[in-house]
Amino acid sequence: MYKGTRQITNSFTKSFYSAAYFFLTPALAAIFIFFFLPVIAAFVMSFTDFDIYSLGNIQYVRFVGFRNYLQLFNDPLFWQALQNTFYFVLVGGPLSVAVSLGAAILLNSKLVRFKSFFRVIYFAPVVTTLVAIAVVWRFVYHPRFGLLNYFLSFFGINPIDWLGDPTYAMPAIILLAVWKNFGYNMIIFIAGLQNIPDELYEAARIDGANARQQFLYITIPMLAPTTLFVSIITMIGYFQLFAEPYVMTQGGPLNSTLSIVLLMYQQGFRWWNMGYSASLAFVLFVIILIGSLVQFKLQKRGEEG
Amino acid sequence: MKKTLKTMLFLITVFFAVATLTPLLWMLSASVMPAGQASTYPPKFFPESVTLDHYAVLFTRLDVLRYFINSFLISTAVTFISLLFNSMAGYAFAKYRFPGRNRLFKLLISTMVIPAQVTMLPLFLMLNKMGLINTYLGVIIPGMASIFGIFLIRQYALSIPDSLIDAARIDGASDFRIYRSIILPLCKPILITLAIFTFMGTWNDFLWPLIVMTDDSMYTLPVALANLAGEHVQDTELMMAGSVITIMPVMVLFLALQKYYISGLMAGAVKE
Repeated sequence: MYKGTRQITNSFTKSFYSAAYFFLTPALAAIFIFFFLPVIAAFVMSFTDFDIYSLGNIQYVRFVGFRNYLQLFNDPLFWQALQNTFYFVLVGGPLSVAVSLGAAILLNSKLVRFKSFFRVIYFAPVVTTLVAIAVVWRFVYHPRFGLLNYFLSFFGINPIDWLGDPTYAMPAIILLAVWKNFGYNMIIFIAGLQNIPDELYEAARIDGANARQQFLYITIPMLAPTTLFVSIITMIGYFQLFAEPYVMTQGGPLNSTLSIVLLMYQQGFRWWNMGYSASLAFVLFVIILIGSLVQFKLQKRGEEG
Repeated sequence: MKKTLKTMLFLITVFFAVATLTPLLWMLSASVMPAGQASTYPPKFFPESVTLDHYAVLFTRLDVLRYFINSFLISTAVTFISLLFNSMAGYAFAKYRFPGRNRLFKLLISTMVIPAQVTMLPLFLMLNKMGLINTYLGVIIPGMASIFGIFLIRQYALSIPDSLIDAARIDGASDFRIYRSIILPLCKPILITLAIFTFMGTWNDFLWPLIVMTDDSMYTLPVALANLAGEHVQDTELMMAGSVITIMPVMVLFLALQKYYISGLMAGAVKE
């Protein structure tokens, strides 16, 4: 009898497993074939000289060891793209997070009315199509007829050639990016703010803490996990800068807005230097990985200290 | 004191709302201005006379309807396929116990830091071998399943009580029947949220369709728009009309379903 139940359980778990595998297979197969395999293939490719001839006949592919990476580190264009991308991430990222937090606090304040209405307005740019927005902002930044220079003229600021001047092109793209996506992080911050128990603020008020102290000693620490999450997804997204320079500046002027992904696209899909392009993709991946780990570490240290 | 603070905060809120909306409203306004009117100083916020010529040109001479249909078909297909695959896998991760489940799930989550661009070169070669370059399927394939989607559905399905599933199983319902008749209806809110995310994400996507679609009749709206923007640098009003057509569908979808969208975003964030 004992044996019997065991057999039943066995056949039951077996059919249970097979149902689980049935549900998992389509998604996992798709992810494995069209995501994991390409990642591995890209890694292998980055050690080959895959180019336009290999595209025609795969036999032309040769392993070249670290040549692509060495070439990359000797390519001034790569360093330029790296520098531009870091500029965008390190200035645009924190700015975007700060604006999101400011907007979230504003819309979470008990003193502001019509919150859900403003929330939708602030969020609207997030759902727009980046390419279309880049086309629109190209005209907003027009040196003669653009809205931005017109607005600035009221403050006595002379017309700026936003997208034509290497000094201003990246700040212009940062401004566009912050406008486009602060609403997304704002919603996440609002969710985080609503999760902070009111009692904490009440207790602080009873203890005589003013608004600034409440913000510094309750809001900021309680929001730390949200801030980490927001910072990481913002950083990952910002490292992938592509459509804005592609549409607005083609990486110019003087390569001042050339990003890693744009360089990767040009090398891989315009000049078909696919091995070289794959090594660029991997450098980007490693940078994003290190960036995420550093933020985790900083967060941990912040919690301990 | 409190009153002045209240007014001040309100004014700040309004100022940022105006700043946020201005580019979008100007796009809308410039798209109906007669040619050349958007390029004047000082800039015009409102059209002196309204014309729909640019929309007419886009739909007749520039074949925008075709790009619209391409975008629509691709986004719809990706939405349906990925919703099916992700919901099945999300349900399995939430409610089935099988060897290696937690390790597999953790592995999937940890690969979310890999940027999609890494996969694009081999994926292009793979699709090229399969003859799928310049086809709808080529754009759809990488979107068929998403780790983020599986994660969202798993988190939601965890809250479905086991007793409900057990009861159905005792009544003789098959595993697929349980998924179809119990899990899917209960997961409806998160499915709607995910459907909006996926549709919008696919509609707005640029790099991948730019790579896969080599023939202009196969372009999606963003790819076609980027292409037109390169050729028609001076035709401000025409480009604004093109941008309106590109943005309008996702904007309408968002405004119609914003409750689902925003609550889904907040739920996902809190569970992180």
